[in-house]
Formats: sequence, C-alpha cells, structure tokens
Amino acid sequence: MKVEHSYWHLFVAVYRKDVTLAFRQRAEIVNPLLFFLIVISLFPLAIGPEPALLGRMAAGIIWVAALLSTMLGLDKLFRDDYADGSLEQMIASPYPVSLSVLAKVAAHWTITGLPMVLMAPLFALLMNLDSQALGATILTLLIGTPLLSFIGAIGAALTVGLQKGGILMSLLVLPLYIPVLIFATSAIDTASMSVAYGGQLAILGAMLAVAIVTAPIAISSALRVSVS
Amino acid sequence: MQVEGPNGAGKTSLLRIIAGFARADAGQICFEGQDICRDYDTFAESLLFIGHKTGVNQQLTAYENVQYWLQVHGYGAGEDEIYTLLGQLGLVGLEDVPVRTLSAGQQRRVALVRLWLNKARLWILDEPFTALDKKGVALLQRQFESHLANGGAILLTTHQDLTTQFSSLKTLALEYRH
Repeated sequence: MKVEHSYWHLFVAVYRKDVTLAFRQRAEIVNPLLFFLIVISLFPLAIGPEPALLGRMAAGIIWVAALLSTMLGLDKLFRDDYADGSLEQMIASPYPVSLSVLAKVAAHWTITGLPMVLMAPLFALLMNLDSQALGATILTLLIGTPLLSFIGAIGAALTVGLQKGGILMSLLVLPLYIPVLIFATSAIDTASMSVAYGGQLAILGAMLAVAIVTAPIAISSALRVSVS
Repeated sequence: MQVEGPNGAGKTSLLRIIAGFARADAGQICFEGQDICRDYDTFAESLLFIGHKTGVNQQLTAYENVQYWLQVHGYGAGEDEIYTLLGQLGLVGLEDVPVRTLSAGQQRRVALVRLWLNKARLWILDEPFTALDKKGVALLQRQFESHLANGGAILLTTHQDLTTQFSSLKTLALEYRH
C-alpha cells in the first residue's frame, strides 16, 4: 500500500462517484429535465399559443424554468453523504474539503446543467425563439448554469442538517439567483435586437470566475457547521 | 484507550470533538503539541475516524466504496489487495453487489476494511463492534493488536467487553450528569 497525494486524483474520484450514482438512479437526471420541459410547455397553454407573444417571453421563461429545475437536484447534493457519514469522512481526509466540494458541484452541473444547455435548441423551438437569440440563450445557459450550481450548493450545504431543509433552501437561494437571471435575460433580449451582447456575457463570466474561487470555501465552511 | 459511560454520557460527542468535527466549549485539542484547529489537514493525515455513520454509500458496491475511500484519503491499493481483504472479512462473492443489499454486520465490515488499508497512527472508533458477530469482533481485535504493536493509538467506545487482554489499555469513564 502506498500513499499518493494528488489533488487531481481526489477531484476525479469524487466527481466519478457522483456521476456514477446519478447514472445508477437515472430518475435523478431525467426528472429535472422533464420538469424543465413541462414548465416550459405550460406557458403556451396558459397564455395562448401566439408566436409573437411567446417569442417575446421565451428568454425569461427558459431561464426561470432553468432556475427551478436546478433547485430540484440541489436538495440531494449533500443529503445522502450527510446521512451515511461520507461528509465526515470527507472532512477527516487530509485534502482540503473545498476541493471535494468543487468536484461535487462540477458533477451536479454535469448531471443537471449540461443537459439543459444541450436541450436549449429544442426549447427555443417550442417557444418560437428567433435564431439570433438562440445563440445567446445557449451561451448564457452555458455560463449561467454552473453559477446556479455553485450558489445553490451554498444553500444546500447550510440546510443539509435540517429535517425539511428543501423549502428553506429555496428561500435562501432563489433571491441570490436574481443577478444571474437579470444579466442572462438581458443578454438574450439584446441579442434578439441584433445588438452585441458581449457585455452581459462578460459580467456572467466574471460572476462565475468569482464563484469558482470563493463558493467552494463558503460551501466547505457551511458543511463543517452542518456536520458539527 | 477505551471511553466508557452510560448512554447519553457524551462518549460520541467527546470522540467527535477530538476528531475535530465539533468545537469544544472550552479547552483545545492538541496532537503532537499542535492545536488541531490550526492545521487540521496535517492532523487528518494521522487520523482514521469511523463513527456511527460509517460513510459507506448504499448504492455503490463494497469494492467501489473501499476504492473511493482510499482515493479520498490519498491511499493507493491494488485491486487484488482489496478483493483479498474483503474476502478475509467474510465478504466473498459480495464485493460487487450494492451495499444496500448486505446485512448490517456486512455493511459494517465494508467500513472496517479501512483498518487494514491505512497509515493513520490514531484510530478513533465509535462503537466499532456494533452488529458484528463473534468472529468479526475477534478479527477486529487482532487488527487492533497489530496496530498497537506498530506504535499506533486507538481511541474507542464500546459497550462490549474486549475479549483480548490489551496490556496498554486505559479506560476513561464518563458519568451521566443532568
């Protein structure tokens, strides 16, 4: 038996475990996506199938649906690990907890965020989103959904020790999603007017950069509080 | 060192504080003269903690659980080594089925494989004998002996009497106070 310390090995091990588990319980991947699809298809039914009206509202609807379906998977992010004691083992390992957390958030995004990005063209079609805005929708989802995972994971870490933390977590996290929502929908609106939307994307990118660096630290502190 | 005391005396709390999961109201925990809060990761290199909740995932197989734990703690072990150990612990043929289908005692054994696969000097074990049969308890105590012979330390709570006579055994009795 040898001792080998490598941050990369740790990252891969944690990431692989979470993705493997998700593929073993496929409902975990499929359900948030179906939720996303159903929420979006409710709007044409509720406000009438008028293409021009739907096209105007598409960006907002896709993004609100993305927020809600991200929330669905977040509750489970740390819950099993908390219940079976894996979180304690994670803390008692010689590696920084924030690194394991980074891997877990990356896995969460692969399972919930990435499929939404891939399915964005389908939703754009459903909502009669024009082709100029489609590119912006995909780009904002690509930058924005990891951001949602990072912010949401802080809420999930804070509430994991509570019996029914799901609602409280939504109350904590959804207001924090507002800046992401504002800049993402603004980028898509700007794109549909054929104006450059690089500014909004740059702000989203900056928020993501800050989140990658700071969120894992916040999440690991929150986990320590929840475990103790 | 064995921590004794009636239910609710604070055995688990004491162990969790020493392992660094909870903060003590007063005082500090030092390992080799260093406050563990100051440099927890260095302390964690010498620590093996197995609590009531063992950190075994129900959906993963026994082999995957062991492999994952090794990677998270920076240990490496060959596939053969892990299978041999699981076999020695009476899990032959159960290495590749999800842990949720195993019995409580078998699940506990999956967690206890770690005792054979680590280089930690301090073992903190909360009720390690729970759900184990007599053979399992004997196996575990033999491993305790070899760890102690290698200069390691063990801090454990148990309601069972240790069947092996450990010459260096010290007992700390906690009292239940209202």
